[in-house]
Amino acid sequence: MKNPDEDYIYEDRDSGIFRVNRRAFTDPECLERERRRIFETCWIYVGHESEVPHAGDYRSRNVAGRPVILVRGDDGVVRVLLNTCTHRGAMVCRQKSGTARIFQCPYHAWTFDSRGRLVGVPGEDSYGDGFKRDDLALGVPTRLDSYRGFWFICFDPAVQSLYDYLAGAREYIDLIADQSELGMKVVAGQQSYSARANWKLLVENSYDGYHGLPTHQRYFSFLGDIGIDLKGSNAAAPPRQHAADLGNGHAVVEYQSAWGRPIAHWVPSFGEDRKAHFAGIRRRFDERFGPERARRICETSRNLGIFPNLVINDIMAITVRTFYPLSPDYMEINAWALAPAEENAQDSALRLDNFLTFLGPGGFATPDDIEMLESCQRGFANREVGWSDISRGMKRERPSITDEMQMRAFWRRWNQLISDPALRRARSAA
Amino acid sequence: MSTAETPSRQEVEELLYEEAALLDEWRLDEWLELLTEDAVYEVPPTDVPEGDSRNTLFIIADDAVRIRSRVKQLLGKSAWAENPHSRTRRMITNVRVLGVEAEEILATANFTVHRMRYESVDTYVGRYNYKLVRRGDKLRIRERRAILDNEALRPHGKISFIL
Repeated sequence: MKNPDEDYIYEDRDSGIFRVNRRAFTDPECLERERRRIFETCWIYVGHESEVPHAGDYRSRNVAGRPVILVRGDDGVVRVLLNTCTHRGAMVCRQKSGTARIFQCPYHAWTFDSRGRLVGVPGEDSYGDGFKRDDLALGVPTRLDSYRGFWFICFDPAVQSLYDYLAGAREYIDLIADQSELGMKVVAGQQSYSARANWKLLVENSYDGYHGLPTHQRYFSFLGDIGIDLKGSNAAAPPRQHAADLGNGHAVVEYQSAWGRPIAHWVPSFGEDRKAHFAGIRRRFDERFGPERARRICETSRNLGIFPNLVINDIMAITVRTFYPLSPDYMEINAWALAPAEENAQDSALRLDNFLTFLGPGGFATPDDIEMLESCQRGFANREVGWSDISRGMKRERPSITDEMQMRAFWRRWNQLISDPALRRARSAA
Repeated sequence: MSTAETPSRQEVEELLYEEAALLDEWRLDEWLELLTEDAVYEVPPTDVPEGDSRNTLFIIADDAVRIRSRVKQLLGKSAWAENPHSRTRRMITNVRVLGVEAEEILATANFTVHRMRYESVDTYVGRYNYKLVRRGDKLRIRERRAILDNEALRPHGKISFIL
């Protein structure tokens, strides 16, 4: 292996070998590079438009390591404001969510409106002529944009448009956003948790079809116990499934799944009395999109990774999950449930029930995922074993969801951004 | 349906202490015997502690089927997050009997649950809200809701044992 001390990725396409240097998971210097070269140059997810439905509604949260405010101004426009007073730095918004006309800094009472403009300075006559309120509006990220209700920010003025950045991921966001005729909404309740593991281990895990059976045995046993036919359609024909590299480091796996889906894929545990109702929802999808797309929306599950740190998994329910590293071996994770705004109370309760069987820090699956990521991280202390193997399916023409192509798509983009350009030029010259 | 008699605090304490001991000792099959056949176990999200699991994304919202499945999983081999089992130690205090609604007895208690695993100690702090019913001469648990004061599961990461 060439340059084992310098390269993060080793790739030999001819022999089908792809390895990741475990320093990428453990090295503080690598994390510092990620902060500069990934989290400050890529579009980073902030929140969903449904979280700030009315003028003045806000959510304060950490995004890319920064305290920010996602707010809908009194003009109805969604903005992201940097949560630090332009005077001396205190955070102007100290609640997690609410509705406000103004944000007043508690330190010296500078006051900003819901658009971020400075509208009040006590004792303003003590300042000289050069002091202009307009210069002291709340800071904003360099770029702000949304796609189908998902809002992102970027700190790099040179970044391509969000639309272009999302590339092939748009098709899969559409399959989720199209599940509502009124717009999708984030359900109340945020799952705020963490893992003692490097953040990229969660990227890998979120669309890893290979780990499903061994890691999640107990979930599949539970499905069997509640009467779900795990063989299902496999008997007649192998279930449809595929994995795709969506460009810019995004990737997806899409497959027919045994579990029920609250969008129109009924299973017996949903109740016989709900069967006709679900068939009705399905008919509406057939009308809106035709049978092929309706089938895809309703019957297939998809795990979508949007580079670098957004996961939207449309599986037995829809989870939107984002995470950020505080250190190489620790990340904070936030997750939400997404649902069609028009869903009735009974369907919504069933969706949340289905979500909790698998997902989240108290589900029958996510805790085991976290356990595995933390176990990997502890294993990395064996520095003598320097590389992880991510070669699975590399020589296969049509990648399967149990291959590792989706991870390689992430890692190639990651490596492109993280590697020192000068070093790479020097190497190619040599 | 008759109205239940208000039990003494001591009687409720005995039930909660017995429950804590069974959970700490991983005697989960015996713990199930303290629950009614239609029992509910819930942990609300840290940002909506008073939420309703029908319209709010909880951390845990088990009906009776899922409680039993959870126990079966935890006593089996493939609940990796609890294999090997965590050590836990529960401190149950400030027990209060709040009143009676029809046949249900409402009680509350504060908890501190330490979870030890891989040389980390994570502390879960909060209060329980119980709905108890009388079955013969015993009190049984129809609903237990563990409401966390922790603002997030950080650094805990998960609730993989029964809180």
